[in-house]
Amino acid sequence: MTSVRVKTICPPGHVRAPYYLRGKTGEIERALGSFGNPELLAYGLEGEEKELYRVRFTMHEIWGDSAERPEDTLDAELYDHWLERL
Amino acid sequence: MPHDHHDHLSPSGHPFRKDNDTPLTYWQQMEIAVRELLIEKGHLTRAEIQAQVEAMDARSPANGAKVVARAWTDPEFKSLLLKDASEASRSIGLDIGPLRLIAVENTSDVHNLIVCTLCSCYPRDLLGLPPDWYKTRAYRSRAVKEPRKVLQEFGVDLPQETTLRVHDSTADMRYIVVPARPDGTNHMSETALAELVTRDSMIGTGLARAPSQA
Repeated sequence: MTSVRVKTICPPGHVRAPYYLRGKTGEIERALGSFGNPELLAYGLEGEEKELYRVRFTMHEIWGDSAERPEDTLDAELYDHWLERL
Repeated sequence: MPHDHHDHLSPSGHPFRKDNDTPLTYWQQMEIAVRELLIEKGHLTRAEIQAQVEAMDARSPANGAKVVARAWTDPEFKSLLLKDASEASRSIGLDIGPLRLIAVENTSDVHNLIVCTLCSCYPRDLLGLPPDWYKTRAYRSRAVKEPRKVLQEFGVDLPQETTLRVHDSTADMRYIVVPARPDGTNHMSETALAELVTRDSMIGTGLARAPSQA
């Protein structure tokens, strides 16, 4: 299992890393292959291929004490350039 | 009541819907302009556009139900589905285009729920058009923050010992839930089983029907 943290940057535009996951740490659930970067494709620009991963977070990691059940999980697809290896 | 002149009913008793007398929006004008240009320049015909609209309208949760019923009855298909759901769907003759699909399985210990918090990504090839609530801000925000409460409102009381896995469809993949096969269905054919698979059970906001409810 590879632990990763979602970057806390806040760039404008067609960003596919949801705000509620910024700064949160999860485990790579699986690698999905590479896809054109939607942050560029959305504006008609050439989207360079980026690795995409499914990252699994615990609800506790995302919501802290207000999680309904801390061990429940949330999986999201995140591009490599949004992730920091831990 | 057909003859009550209620504010929201027409005199015929049908719900009243305002005529669309407002000017076209920017994007509506844009769509018409692009469509007419494509036709004028000979890239597409009106009949081709209409055929595509009809193909989109024809897709329904019956496609997804077919996939689930096959997974319930064919273990080999199920393992392919969980490994590569696009390939598995194509192998039973479903035309899913370039769809990149992931299937997640509900078991006695795990329940899965699908949401797209950023917009409204939905496996249209397998489930047809998404229900309106799927696209609302309320569902999109609450499904990740208080999914158990959301499930309760849909009539699904998840036991505390069941692990809930929420899947936020944020990028290029689409998701389908393989609901747990209901008890008492051992004798049923694949076609009869498919009747038990509801749209909501493949989003995760519902369970497959019990055979008596079908």
